[in-house]
Amino acid sequence: MAERSYTSREELDQYGFHPGVTVMAPMVCILLQAMLPRTLPWLLHLDLPLIATIFFAVSRRSPIAGAVTGTLIGLFQDGLTNHPFGVDGIAKGIIGYVAASLGFAVDIDNVINRVALVFTLSLFQSGLLYLIAHWLLGQASYRLLPVQELISAAANSVVAIPVFYVLDRFRIRD
Amino acid sequence: MESFFARFKNPLALIAIVLLQVIALAMQVQRPAKDADALSPSGAAESEEAAPDGHNVSLLRRWTVTAITPLETALQSSSARVRGAWDDYVDLRHTRQQNAALKDEVARLREEEASFAADAAQGRRLQKLLAFREQYALTNVAAEVIGTSGSDRSHVLYLNKGSDDGLKPDQPVITPDGVVGKIRDVFPHTSQLLLINDPSSGAGVVLATTRIRCILRGTETGQVQINDLTPDSRIKVGEPVITSGGDLVFPRGLPVGTVQSIALDPLHQPYTAITVKPAVDLNRLEEVLVITATSSTLPAAAAQDAAAAEATAQANQRAADLVAEKLPSLQPAVTPANGAGTAPVAGASGAKAAAGSPTATAPPPDDPESQVGGLPGIPNSGLPRSKPALHPDRFSPGAAPPAADMTPGAVAQSQNPVPSHNPAQDQNPPAQTGAGQQPDQQPDQQP
Repeated sequence: MAERSYTSREELDQYGFHPGVTVMAPMVCILLQAMLPRTLPWLLHLDLPLIATIFFAVSRRSPIAGAVTGTLIGLFQDGLTNHPFGVDGIAKGIIGYVAASLGFAVDIDNVINRVALVFTLSLFQSGLLYLIAHWLLGQASYRLLPVQELISAAANSVVAIPVFYVLDRFRIRD
Repeated sequence: MESFFARFKNPLALIAIVLLQVIALAMQVQRPAKDADALSPSGAAESEEAAPDGHNVSLLRRWTVTAITPLETALQSSSARVRGAWDDYVDLRHTRQQNAALKDEVARLREEEASFAADAAQGRRLQKLLAFREQYALTNVAAEVIGTSGSDRSHVLYLNKGSDDGLKPDQPVITPDGVVGKIRDVFPHTSQLLLINDPSSGAGVVLATTRIRCILRGTETGQVQINDLTPDSRIKVGEPVITSGGDLVFPRGLPVGTVQSIALDPLHQPYTAITVKPAVDLNRLEEVLVITATSSTLPAAAAQDAAAAEATAQANQRAADLVAEKLPSLQPAVTPANGAGTAPVAGASGAKAAAGSPTATAPPPDDPESQVGGLPGIPNSGLPRSKPALHPDRFSPGAAPPAADMTPGAVAQSQNPVPSHNPAQDQNPPAQTGAGQQPDQQPDQQP
């Protein structure tokens, strides 16, 4: 008996990106993330690099590529904070891996799926950061702030829709 | 075996990536702990994240910052130009009124400055007596905020000045409103500013009213808290918080903020969580001052101002003393302990005179009886009536008895009675006019 997949042929399509887009898109996200909160402090609750990580991971549908992309973006983010290198690197590496794995199972071109994916992975990243701070760094004072995390996740989901729409324009079918 | 790797290629790659970073994390966490004491003079008050990185990590961070900050600087300067053009040429509403108001304020501030300089000089003299040493900001560098960390868990800003401008780690950063934070890491043209509301930040502070010393820390939510004090009813909401200088980073006396709320800390019983509202809006910083050098003496310009103000104050005091010596009757009057009246005095002898003489009951200056002329019904419109002399002699009016009462050949009195200026005062016996006042009591000043 032939095995049946829950994903269609179209859903399994892998996309590639121009090297310039691969480098510049995350860079622009990190730059905006660093600059915009200067004038609009509430934008600190957004995580544009996370949205870029998820987008590239689900578009490429390669867990290793997703993990590497997430790790590089996360390490770059760590460089701008006062955290040790690796805090965001580990979190975003795992997010990239999970997002790419989920990309096999769901139709990521659907807006609702995208919103749900970003919302879930935002909360997942908060949990990962909490575990890293508690277990690896021994920061007992690090606390999860549920309301704040939910607001951040919701904001990321809303902002992800136009960002995904813009980045879709740069996709190249492999 | 080959099939195992082929089958679990993806999870194995992820494990490898995560494991590498965990090892890197472990190395970074250990490194600052070794060097923290040597690098950070305030090491006890701060956690490892506040300490500068090790050499290799610093290199990585430098690459990252070098990649991002030129773009930030370019965007910042272009946006500043656009904003400047708008502000300078388009948005000029209310400029004239603002200019007039600012001129008035400058004049008022200049007067206040002279007064404060005299007070500061007195404070320094007193501090010298108490063997205190205060750190004054000697030189500072103005810097512009060009970016943030981009994370709500890391309260870090990037400045457009670096080691080429004389910045070094652990230098305090302030604005005219108060303390902002300190320099954490320095690159050639950029530096990383750790805000006081970062969880890894710490500062030695003192509560201005109660003089309680404590440590200020940031929280995960971006608040600033004092959580090393037990409940104390003397601490009130609104109490100013200033730097204590005990952390050897911030000079003493810089405003930090005010106490916003006091509550029991649920995580650290029995300590309280005193939330401090920063004097500076940490979310809206644009320009800051980095204190690059401090001194126990004032800068030359400030010292000149202070000396000039002190000389003026002394000259005024001398002039007042001369007037007081030449016009003893205009010296301040004393209010006796029983409040029955006032009397002119000159130090201890004056007090004695007040105690033993009926002249001690002089009317207050705003009393119509004490004035000559003036408009009826309008207080203080006439000239002050002359007060009785402190040392009357035979030429003083009323000192000698009328000629009709004199007896030829009688012995002259050794002490001339000092007549009361106000007839009503004659009715007051000495016991009611400050008889109980001691010579060493300070006379109350008349308004």
